Amino acid sequence: MTRLRQTLPEDALDACDRAILNTLQDGFPLTPQPFDDAGAALGLSGAELIARLTRLRDIGAITRFGPFFDAAAMGGAFCLCALSVPEEDADRIAGMVNSHPEVAHNYARDHALNMWFVLATPTPEGIATTAARIAAETGLTVWQFPKLQEFFIGFRVTA
Amino acid sequence: MSVLDPTDRRLIKATQAGLPLTARPYAQIATWLMLTEAEVIARLAALQDRGIVRRIAIAPNHYALGMTANGMSVWDVVDRQATTLGARIGALDFVTHCYLRPRAPVWRYNLFAMLHGTSRAEVETKRAQVRAILGGACRADDILYSTRILKKTGLRLQDG
Repeated sequence: MTRLRQTLPEDALDACDRAILNTLQDGFPLTPQPFDDAGAALGLSGAELIARLTRLRDIGAITRFGPFFDAAAMGGAFCLCALSVPEEDADRIAGMVNSHPEVAHNYARDHALNMWFVLATPTPEGIATTAARIAAETGLTVWQFPKLQEFFIGFRVTA
Repeated sequence: MSVLDPTDRRLIKATQAGLPLTARPYAQIATWLMLTEAEVIARLAALQDRGIVRRIAIAPNHYALGMTANGMSVWDVVDRQATTLGARIGALDFVTHCYLRPRAPVWRYNLFAMLHGTSRAEVETKRAQVRAILGGACRADDILYSTRILKKTGLRLQDG
């Protein structure tokens, strides 16, 4: 997973690549020839845009390209959870936690609660069931921090 | 998942790893699912209207672009001001994810804001900006830096 954290060399992206990354964060057309339409605004043909996106994906500049789904709107649920894992047991516990397909991501963090993961389940009840399984397997308390309220996000990455 | 009909479910499964990088991606998906291109586009538009698809877009890799420092900043904010202040923090352009969450016996913080930067020093500068906005309504705060990504997959729709 270290590849995820590598920074690209300065010259890996030209101005056009940066414009693509900055523009397509906001949205992509839902039209029959969307690359032609999105490319037009960037001064690119559809084929040129596809070639550049393929390269950006291959070098790891893009983590995803496509629809972003809201699990809660589909009737499912998300929940941030945390564990306090003894240092010497970290790899074993991480393996147990990660083996659940409901675990969407998992980060080691610098705190007494040192393992933070997100559960995504098709039903709200799935959160409690999965958390209980993880607790039983690891022998640790699974602290659950479901979102009570989400605030508008102004964030964009500037490439 | 009763809010989704079986065709929507097939469409989500076909696109959750991403759109094909071909001239007519929705036509390509349509051939996989034995639908028409117009139907795929109409269904994705309807899912977007219902909020099930939040957007169709690129997700840049923060790390690849040099945003290598990320910290989960957490704040113990007086409850009656938490909603108002949370909205102000979420609107900051360097904050991704901003949520109110419950406290726990081992955890006093109720406001979570993810901060990103090219270095920890930059993240700390941003954290100071958040602290200034929260002012006296914040009783304690902390920041948890990620030391390792243990798993990262997108949302995957499961069978059933």
